Parts: sequence; C-alpha cells; structure tokens
Amino acid sequence: MTAKKLAPAELEAVYDLLSEAIDAVPEAQRELFLAKLALVLANMVGSPGQVAAAVKAAAANLG
Amino acid sequence: MHQPETTPRQSIWYNYRVFPFRRPAELDGAAGMQPVVVVGAGPIGLVTALNLARFGVPSVVLEAEQQVSHGSRAIVLTRRSMEIIQQAGVAAPFLAKGLPWSDGRSFYRGQEVYRMVLPHDADDRFLPGLNLQQQYIEQYLVEAVQRSPLIELRWGSKVVAVQQHDEHATLRVDTPQGEYDLRAGWVVAADGGRSAMRRLLGLRMEGRAYAGNFVIADIRADIGLPTQRLCYFDPEWNPGNNVLVHRQPEGIWRLDFRLPEGETAEQALAPALLAERIDKILAMVGRPVPWELDWATVYSASTLTLGEFVHGRVCFTGDAAHLLPIFGVRGANTGLQDCENLAWKLAFVVRGLAPPALLASYSSERVAAAREICEEGGKSTRFMTPPSAGFRLMRDAVLSLSLEEPFVRDLLHWRTSRPHSYHHTPLNSFLDDDAQFGGGPACGATLQNVRLGGDDFLFDHFRSGFHLLAFAGATPSAEQAAMLRSLREQKAPLVRVLVAPQPTAEMAALADVVVADPGGRIAGRYAAPPGAAYLARPDLHVCARWLAPGAAQVNQALATACGRVA
Repeated sequence: MTAKKLAPAELEAVYDLLSEAIDAVPEAQRELFLAKLALVLANMVGSPGQVAAAVKAAAANLG
Repeated sequence: MHQPETTPRQSIWYNYRVFPFRRPAELDGAAGMQPVVVVGAGPIGLVTALNLARFGVPSVVLEAEQQVSHGSRAIVLTRRSMEIIQQAGVAAPFLAKGLPWSDGRSFYRGQEVYRMVLPHDADDRFLPGLNLQQQYIEQYLVEAVQRSPLIELRWGSKVVAVQQHDEHATLRVDTPQGEYDLRAGWVVAADGGRSAMRRLLGLRMEGRAYAGNFVIADIRADIGLPTQRLCYFDPEWNPGNNVLVHRQPEGIWRLDFRLPEGETAEQALAPALLAERIDKILAMVGRPVPWELDWATVYSASTLTLGEFVHGRVCFTGDAAHLLPIFGVRGANTGLQDCENLAWKLAFVVRGLAPPALLASYSSERVAAAREICEEGGKSTRFMTPPSAGFRLMRDAVLSLSLEEPFVRDLLHWRTSRPHSYHHTPLNSFLDDDAQFGGGPACGATLQNVRLGGDDFLFDHFRSGFHLLAFAGATPSAEQAAMLRSLREQKAPLVRVLVAPQPTAEMAALADVVVADPGGRIAGRYAAPPGAAYLARPDLHVCARWLAPGAAQVNQALATACGRVA
C-alpha cells in the first residue's frame, strides 16, 4: 500500500491530465508513452526501492 | 386541439389520478392580466407557486398533462431540498413516506472499495438524503397547491406560442376545448428538460452531451437491504460499465446501469434482455429474488445550461434552464435551489418591493451554480461514462488499483449535490463585518440549522421574508434594542429573530420571534458575541453580518439585497 500524497483535488486534476495526455498520443505509441512517463517519474522519485514498490502495486490485480 | 392522455398511467404500486380540465374564463372572452404564470407542474413549478403564495403573490400554473409524473424519476431529495420544502410548509408527508439515508457502498470485483459517508451534523434536522418517488413528490405538492387560495392549477393546458412585450408576455394556451391567450406580467418556465418554452423562444444551451446511455428500471422485489446507495463498478455481466441500486418506498428498487457501447434504447428496453439483466443484477447484489417491473426508461448524461436564465419577462428554472448529470442527485435538487432563489425575488418585484433588476441576480447566481455543477458533475460523468480511450484506460487503472491502494479511492466518489454559496453576488453587503467573524456561515452561504431540543430546530421558527438573527446577552444593549425597535416597520418583510440565553418580556416586545439559547449553542455555531447580527435573505442565504449593527446599516443591507441602490 502506498502512502497518500495527493490532495483529492490534485488527484482529480492528475486524473484528467493523464487521460487527456493519453488521448493526445496515437494508439500505437501509447505503451511507449506510458513507459517513458514511468521512467521520468522514477527519476523524479529518485529511489529504486520506491520504484520497485510502485511496480508491485501496479502489477497487482491486472487480470 | 391539445388532447392529453386521460386514462390513468400504468403502475404496479402508484394509483394515478386523472385531474379534470376545467374551462378557464379566458376561453369565454376574459382577458385579465395574471401577475405570474408558471409553466409546468413538476416539483420545481409547484414549489415556485407555493413560495410565491408564501410571499402573497398569486399565480396560475399551466400543466400540459392531467396526471403526475410518469415514473419515479427524481427519487433522492437532499437535506437542502428538504429544508426548502419545510420552508414551503409541506414537509410532513415527505417525512412520513420517504426513506432517509446517509451512506453508500461501492463494490468492485465483489470487494467493497469505497464507503461513501455523506456529512451529517447533529444540528441538522434532515438526513443527507430522502428517497421518495416523484409521483409522491408531485402529489404532496399538488395537494398543498390545492389548499392555497392564491394558486390556480390548470391541468391539460399546453403552451404553444409565446409573445414578449415590454411589460408582460402573452402565452397561447392549447386545451382540450380550444386555444386561448393568457397575459402574464411574468412567466416562470419550469417545464422540464424538454422545455417547450425554451424551444418557443429559440434558446440554446451551452456545454456538452455525453455519449453512453443508461437504463433506469424500477422493480418491486423483497430485497431486504437497508436504505443506502449501492454502486457496482465493472460487473462481470456488464464489463466496463456500472450499476447503481437505490431503495424506494413501497418495496420498489431503482436499478440504474450503463448500456454496452453501441446498444440502442429500443434494444435495451426489449423485455427479454431487460429481464435477463435484472436477474443478473439481483444475483450480483446477493438477492436473487422474484421481481416485478414497474417502469423503465433510458437516459444519457449532459452538462448543459442556458447562459442566461431571464429572457424578457420569462424566467427559466430547473431542468428547463439546465440539463445536469444525475450522478450526485443534481437534477431536482438543483432545481429546488433555483426556484427557492427565484420565488422571493419575483414576489418582491411583483409587489413593488424591489426593482425588476433584482431578477438579474437570480440569473447570475444560479447560472454560476449551474456552471459549477457542470464542471463538478462533468468529473463524475467522465468516470461513469468515459468519453474517450484515455479516460477509459485511466478509469480502469483506478478501479484496478482501488482493490489494494486506498489513495485512489476518492476518485470513486462523485460529490453530491450541496447548497451553493453566493459569495460574489452584488446582493451581499460590502460594508459589513463578514471578515471579522471567527466562524459561522459567511456572506453568501446558507444559514446553519441548530437543534434547540429534541424535535425543535432553529429553522422551525422561521417565517417568510428576510430574517435578522440578533444575538443578545443577558439583556439587550440600548443600541441593540433601539435597532430592533426601529426595524419594526419595513418596506421589505423582515422577521426580527432575537436569540438570547434567557428570554425576557422586554425582549418579546423587541422582536417577532424570540429563541432561547441557554447553552449558547446557536451563538457558538454563528460565532456571534452579544450584539452581533446576521441578515439572511428569504432563501436563507446570509447577505450581511455585523458585530454590532445599527438600524441604518441593516436598512442599507436590506436595500442592497433587494437590488435597490441605497
């Protein structure tokens, strides 16, 4: 479980921003876009351990 | 010739009554001028007429049909709506029949991922939600209208043309016995989402409509669950979509679900497919019980509003003025706030207590509220019916994360309809002490109700008009007594409410209503030291508050709130 760091209004804004950013990328390039986004965010977080925790959280319940 | 349906609508639980068309004098040549004509006898039109009557203004209500609402439609009344209905003097049957509730549960893959607890204050009389079918809402309002000597409700009367003049409007009314002209000083267009008035005046709404259709089906079934809002995201039988379940009186349950992409309303309402889906929903809820269908329909979500609610002599209100997404119960509840705002202003204008310019504030205050709801409701709508691949992917990501990552769960909640604050309205006094208060409702906000004892609340003591809540200590100061005395005779109706720890005979002579506040509970909620006062408009929104006002300040604030240049 990851700690809550975004206020509700910030989370809503991020949700809209990401949705619109995905829509702005052609479908064939969305995986590439999302992988790049993950890398940039990982660099901003600056902690390999936290990135590993994020990978685990995102990998759960995919099916 | 207008021929409304005169056989009672079908329902397994509601006994429709067909109200008679009565031939009006205008069909036989009478040509008087009505001060106000309300078009539409839905909840909003009826509450408008009741509120106008409360302020002494008579009205004629025109309704094209001769029966109440087809189907249960708007089934959730918010606390604010119940306060409005209480002020209109008709709350008792609503409370006797309605089902109160305050929380909701949201499920995803069989797991409860969000618990919605709507705020409830111990000082509030009403719970956050009250479930009641629109047939009952309209029936209770019609019964109240029929008791009022100031309201004439004309069934079977359909407006087919409108002509605007400088000082009035003329409506062409079609009836089962022919057409007539009805002249009205003012017209309230409360004729709903498919407003004929809006079409006749050629007005267009701004905003957007969302793709995606939802089915509403009312069934009678012995489900035996408490009154809560239930929500199921992405169920196996309807992937990517969602299901809402609401309990109603009379053993009726509202099922609401989104249709798969590309399916038409006709396909979705075909009896066999609908029955199969209802069975699947009941299995999902864990209550695979027998059921009987009462009514079903299809709707889609919009965030649309007129940019201006007052056009010449016609004031638009409720769904006639805007089409809002129903997520967060924003339809009838927004309309009730509209008409609460409109009724006192229109009554004051008709009675010459305020200039017609006051109505511009109705438009600016309520258009701003509608736009805020479009913005907020748009967020929930984009979650419930994602408009594009990006929003769909993000919605799916949030649901998947919601099982183990609580940080996303706030996104599963759409904010519920709430009272709007008119912080920036020109009706607020700008010479008061608003900023000096350490709490309490600020200028523009609604007054806060306060529990005085078991079944006794502050709002129960209110009447019709502006209210001045003046807070006294053990005895009123000489200044406060002088202020209250000199406010006795007012152009605008003003109810002087004196709140004091221990009311005395002297106080009773200074005020119209004296409220005992022995524990200082009211003064505490209003952060009001002795000598302070709040001025509230007739719709109970604060328009000024002071620490120690004199009569001149109160008079000036009253003039400002009535749109008069002081």
